[in-house]
Amino acid sequence: MIALLEARSVVRSFGSTPALRGASVSVRAGEILAVMGPSGSGKSTLLHCLAGILTPDSGEVEFDGRRIDALGEAERSVLRRDRFGFVFQFGQLVPELSAEENIALPLLLGGTRRAAALAEARPWFDRLGLDGLQGRRSGELSGGEAQRVALARGLVTRPEVLFADEPTGSLDSLTGELVMDLLSAAAREQGTTVVLVTHEARVAAYADREVVVRDGTVAALAVDRG
Amino acid sequence: MTVPLALLGLLEREPSHGYDLKRDYDAYFGRGKPLPFGQVYATLGRLARDGKVLAGSSEPGDGPDRKRYLITDQGVSEVEAWLREPVAPEPHLQTVLFAKVVLALMSGRSAAAYLDLQRAAHLQRMRELTEVKRSGDVVDALLADHGLFHLEADLRWIDLTAARLDALATAVRS
Repeated sequence: MIALLEARSVVRSFGSTPALRGASVSVRAGEILAVMGPSGSGKSTLLHCLAGILTPDSGEVEFDGRRIDALGEAERSVLRRDRFGFVFQFGQLVPELSAEENIALPLLLGGTRRAAALAEARPWFDRLGLDGLQGRRSGELSGGEAQRVALARGLVTRPEVLFADEPTGSLDSLTGELVMDLLSAAAREQGTTVVLVTHEARVAAYADREVVVRDGTVAALAVDRG
Repeated sequence: MTVPLALLGLLEREPSHGYDLKRDYDAYFGRGKPLPFGQVYATLGRLARDGKVLAGSSEPGDGPDRKRYLITDQGVSEVEAWLREPVAPEPHLQTVLFAKVVLALMSGRSAAAYLDLQRAAHLQRMRELTEVKRSGDVVDALLADHGLFHLEADLRWIDLTAARLDALATAVRS
């Protein structure tokens, strides 16, 4: 198996509270990997370490053949902006911006001109069933609409890896299903690798493979269907 | 699925030939397990004998049975009574899973490893059903949902049991 992204024996504590106690996981290019586990097991901390949001106290994180745990904050920030996408549980859209501007935001932050960034954002409205909502601000969107805008924002740069942390956690079953249908279809179409943190089996069922985090380690070996 | 009541229910729409009943039964309730023609006609024969359907006279044409069947008032009453009755909620006590966990603990084997295997098997089946939903029509999706919710309930039991293995081990080994 050739790993695009790999954590090796990652340890991370918050103060005196250990969150990860030697977690190892490999993610191969193009796959959707579900990271499951009970609340407080360390699955979100593992995602944050894999995504270069947090640095491990010890252990290694490698992306595309390069150690990212050893990079400084500025370099990790560029890596996150240019090669990763993110979707979180509550969308976390910028309330002052329209839906269109929210989707274009990662491109604007990366230096793309405004007109070009908005042009890149536009097709996502049709693709995710959001037509007519281009000018709405986050307060004027339903939970499902906001999460679809957040999904488009996570994918608009065509990232190599999309990190999704409980992306349906705040949605009802039917809306959550729609978001997962769109997320998995768009990721597969773009060839984006997905690391999906969820405690819901129905969400994990959209993934190609799952691992279970328990007490800060990756406990169960996934059944290899590759 | 109770075949006689399903056929009665289908007949309530309109009088039908056995072939039409089989086709609709297979489409809605068969789900990869078609009803044999023999069973269709045997069931219709019993329903006719019991006064729940009437068999029309044979119509000209090829095939084993060209009779048209229609439901009687007695048949309609039976369907009505059936639809009014809730299905008995089955406790579904996970007897096999539970037995495996207990026996693994009693014999000193790893119950956690078994539960991990079972979790992976359940998730694989859920993945298959999710694919059925994505590629099928609304009937497929609703049936797949029924399966998904049951598997999800099993998984919650598996996770809870995994979290309580130490206590269970103490209980079964004492």
